[in-house]
This record gives sequence, C-alpha cells and structure tokens, in this order.
Amino acid sequence: MEFLQLVVYGIVLGSIITLGAIGVSMIFGILRFAHFAHGDLMTLGAYFAFVCVVTFGLPMIVAFALAIVGGAAAAVLLDQTLYRRLRRSPPVILLISSFGVALILRSLVQLIWGPSTQVYESGIQMPVLVAGLRIKPDHFWIVGGALALVVGLHLFLQRTTMGKAMRAMSDNVDLARITGIDTEKVVIWTWIIAGLMAAAAGVFLAMDTRLHPTMGWRFLLSVFAAAILGGIGRPYGAIAGGMVIGISEEVSTLFLNPSYKAAVSFAILVVMLIVRPTGLFGGRS
Amino acid sequence: MELAGLLNYAVFSITLAGIYAVTALGLNMQWGFTGMLNIGVAAFYSVGAYATAIVTGPEGAYLGGFGLPFPVGLAVAMAASGVIAFLIGLITVNLRTDYLAIASIGIAEIIRLIFTNEEWLTGGVRGIAGIPKPLGGLIPGGDQALYMILVLVLLVAVYLAFERAYNSPWGRVLRAIREDEPATEAAGKSVLRFRLQAFVIGAMAMGLAGALYAHFVSFISPEAFRPDLATFLIWVMLIAGGSGNNRGAILGAFVIWAVWSGTEFLTGFLPSGMVTQAGAFRVLLIGILLQVILIARPQGLLPERPPRSPVESRREGRRRM
Repeated sequence: MEFLQLVVYGIVLGSIITLGAIGVSMIFGILRFAHFAHGDLMTLGAYFAFVCVVTFGLPMIVAFALAIVGGAAAAVLLDQTLYRRLRRSPPVILLISSFGVALILRSLVQLIWGPSTQVYESGIQMPVLVAGLRIKPDHFWIVGGALALVVGLHLFLQRTTMGKAMRAMSDNVDLARITGIDTEKVVIWTWIIAGLMAAAAGVFLAMDTRLHPTMGWRFLLSVFAAAILGGIGRPYGAIAGGMVIGISEEVSTLFLNPSYKAAVSFAILVVMLIVRPTGLFGGRS
Repeated sequence: MELAGLLNYAVFSITLAGIYAVTALGLNMQWGFTGMLNIGVAAFYSVGAYATAIVTGPEGAYLGGFGLPFPVGLAVAMAASGVIAFLIGLITVNLRTDYLAIASIGIAEIIRLIFTNEEWLTGGVRGIAGIPKPLGGLIPGGDQALYMILVLVLLVAVYLAFERAYNSPWGRVLRAIREDEPATEAAGKSVLRFRLQAFVIGAMAMGLAGALYAHFVSFISPEAFRPDLATFLIWVMLIAGGSGNNRGAILGAFVIWAVWSGTEFLTGFLPSGMVTQAGAFRVLLIGILLQVILIARPQGLLPERPPRSPVESRREGRRRM
C-alpha cells in the first residue's frame, strides 16, 4: 500500500515533470540547445498565477489560464530579445546564454515577489480516499490538467499545418527550410508551446508544494533527465520519461533519504546517457 | 583612517579576485582548452573548502580537529577535488558538450546535498567555523596583506603552469579535441584520457581556490556558497576575459570582480523597500552583462591566440624563402 501510495505521488510529480520536459525536448529538437532557463521559466509562470490569485483575487482556474498565456509571452519575448541574436552562434553559446537567463529570471522573481516561500491559499487540503489511497483534490487537477495539455499538444502536432512543420523541422532543419517552411515562425510557435507548458508545470508544482524563487531551478535536473530518457526532440517520449523519473523519485524514498531525490534522476540520467543516449525509443542522439 | 579603510578594502578585494582568478583558470583548462562545459564549478570549489576545513579546522560536531598545518590543508583540498573529479570524470567526461553540462548540474546538486545533510562530516547547515588563518602575526597588522601576497603568488604559479600546459604538445591535443574530436581520435590520441586529465587538473585548481577561500573567511557553510551564483560568476569572468586565454581568465576575474563590487554601490539607488533584495538586483545586472558580452564580443576581452604549430611555422618559413 505504501508502495502504491508513492506511485500515486509519482504520477503527480511525473505529470509536472512531463510538462517541463516536453518544452525542453522541443527546444532541443528545433533549436539544438539545452535550455537551462526552463526551470526558471516554470518559476515565473507559477508567480504569474500567484499575482492573479493573491493580488487580484481571481479564481485559480482563471489564474492558471492567464499564467500559461504569460509564460508563453515571456518565452517568446526571451527568444526575440536574446536567443534570436545568437541563432548563428554555435548552440553551446545559446546554452551558456540560457544559463545566464536562468539567473536573470530568478533574480527578477526574487526582486518582485521576495525571497521567502509563499502559497496560493493557506490551509490544509483534506485528502480523499480512493481504493485506500490518499489523494488530494489538487492532485486530480494536476494530473487532469497535464493530461488535457498533452492531448491538446497531440492534436496540434498531428492536425495543424504548423504542427506538421514543427515535426518536420525537428527531424531535419535544412530539409524543412528548402520545402518552404518559415523556420522563424516555427521557432516562435515552439517557444509559445514550451513557455505555456513550462508555466503550467510551474503552477502545478507550486500547488503541489510551495512557491519559491529557486523552485524551478531545483526541478531542472528531473526535467532534463525526463527529456533525455524520452529521447531528445520527441515530445511523446517526454511523457514516458516524465513518468519514469517522477515515479522513481517518489518510490526511491522507501529506501533512500528523501533529501537525495535529485540523486535518483541524476543516476537514471547518467546511466541513460552512457547506455542509450538516443532515449528509450530511439530518438536523436 | 579613511586611507587605511580604503587600503583594507583594496587588500580584501584583490585577495578575493585572486581566488576567483585561480578558479577561472581551472575552468579555462576544462572549457577554454578542452571544450568541456562544467556547470558544477562551485561543487569542486566547495570540496576544496571543506577538505581543508576538516583537516586544519578546530574540533566540532563534524569530522575534524586534526589540526594539520595550512600547506597540508591546501594539498588535501587539491587531492580531494582531484579524486572526486576523477571518479565523476570517468563516467561523464566523454559525454557530448551539452549532456556533460546537464550531468554537471546533477553533480553539483548532489555534492551540495551531501554537504547540507551529512552533519557528521560537514556540520550540516551550521557549517564549519574557526578555520585557521595562516601567516598570522608575522608582521603586526599585516596578516591580510601577507595573505593577499600568498594568494597572488599561488595565482602566478598556477598561471605559469597552465600557460606551459597550453603551449605544450599536451595542450595542443586538448585544443584538437575541442575543435574536432573524431579527427583527434583518428590520430590515435585517447580522447577519454586527455579529457580526464584536463578535467582533473582544472578541478584541482578549483579545489585550491576553495581552500584559499575557506582560510580567508575562516567560516564555510552550504548557504555561504550560493553555488549557482558562484558558478555563474566564474563563467562570466572566463567569458568576459576570453575563453582559452589564461591571461584573459585572470583579467576577466579581476574586471568582473570589480563590476560585481561596483554593483554594490548601485544598489544604493534602489527604492528603500527593496534594500533587502540588493543581492538579487546585482545578480540581475551581471546576468544582463553576460548577455551583452555574448552578443557583442563573444571572444572576450583577450581572445584566444593559439601558438602556431611547428609544422605551420616551418611552412611559413619556406614560403618566405
């Protein structure tokens, strides 16, 4: 039972990781660099919702919608002001730039909202018992919300022209360009989706735990681990990767000091990189 | 009094900038020479700091109280960072640049967690206090200045050694790996071995710097390090100075340290309600500075100028004849 309970927590955590990993994986696939500011983009999204809920007193669901729009806008703004200027540099320069952006975002969040931990609403949520397992109402929202976003992404990638262009560009940039795909437009849509998903992940993470300026940065390792596990440039793989990482992190607390959860994602990540760098389902190396 | 205060501040700043410069030289060995992207600089730095604190520091609620002399502390610090870098390097050093960067945040995070959680070893969040300050009392009132000179001497020693390494055939292999790994492998060089050597030596410089820092401030704790900030500052220093150029790494360390200290004065213009947030404001400014450098002058203040290979200069000579 203890084990199953941890699996439930793992699925909740995995849903949050998945949303972050989808963005990292898409950016990696299309722009060819590891986006080190993704965790802090999550943090920013979480705080957008905080403003809506606490400052303006809006209901959580409206706050969530506004936060993900804000996250998408922030991601596009970052790309257009900074990353766009570095498109012709080697991808590793973009990686270093995004490491700087991570610190810029974190210090902005700290400047605006302060360095202490905060919550959307105080008070303890009573868990409901489902088949003997304790599940908090928030957990339903998190898993349900993540599921809805993933289904939405699936429809977008499969049914729209932009989705097709995106998949084409992730497979082969040069080939995509000569078939007349407007690559800059694809890049902007990539940031919209990645920013939206990251903000959603941030809000869910804050619902599950608390808001703190470093919440996203601490989460980044799990997100990268999930993206690599699922195969870079494969948003669908990121879902499986997120679940594997989330569940292993939670279940590991059975035999490991919970402070060392990060070590679990690290171990999975390193083993994966050595044994099968293309990911579980053979994405790009 | 005014002058004495100013002098004290100068000595303090030069010492710290010198310690940062040693760290930046270590990162230059890893990233500048060899192209290994290490985002875990602070981890190796803190390993050095804790290693010397444990062997030279006073007894306390942690492993320690051996009371060994300062030079032994420095040696143990470098050895500890080197051994840990070797073990980590064995599994990560051959990863692709971006994967190594990701793995290195994991390493840094785990080392930070160990220092925070393993109280028997490190005193946990309370840290280790009373790390002895060496060279005390040799010249009355001159302790700080003497320590500054010691740091600068060590900095010059590391610089000379690294400069020699850069110009040697060994350094040429490192640059070859950075520029074209498959070609270097094809030329019969063991990429893994050379990378591992550069990774370990770079980490040893970081460990030395960490130890110098521990003896300088005589108190260390996981909170005192702000690992993400320290790593970030070192990176900005190296990129501003010029990756691949040892003199650039040192210049960058001093320039960025000056800018970083200068931002402290700027925080005076913050609205009064935000004074407690001064640290975040300074990080923001340095973050923006990095973006400006990357866009406007990615090669840094002193761009790398690799020595011409013997073959190349011989060819030049023939052409001139």
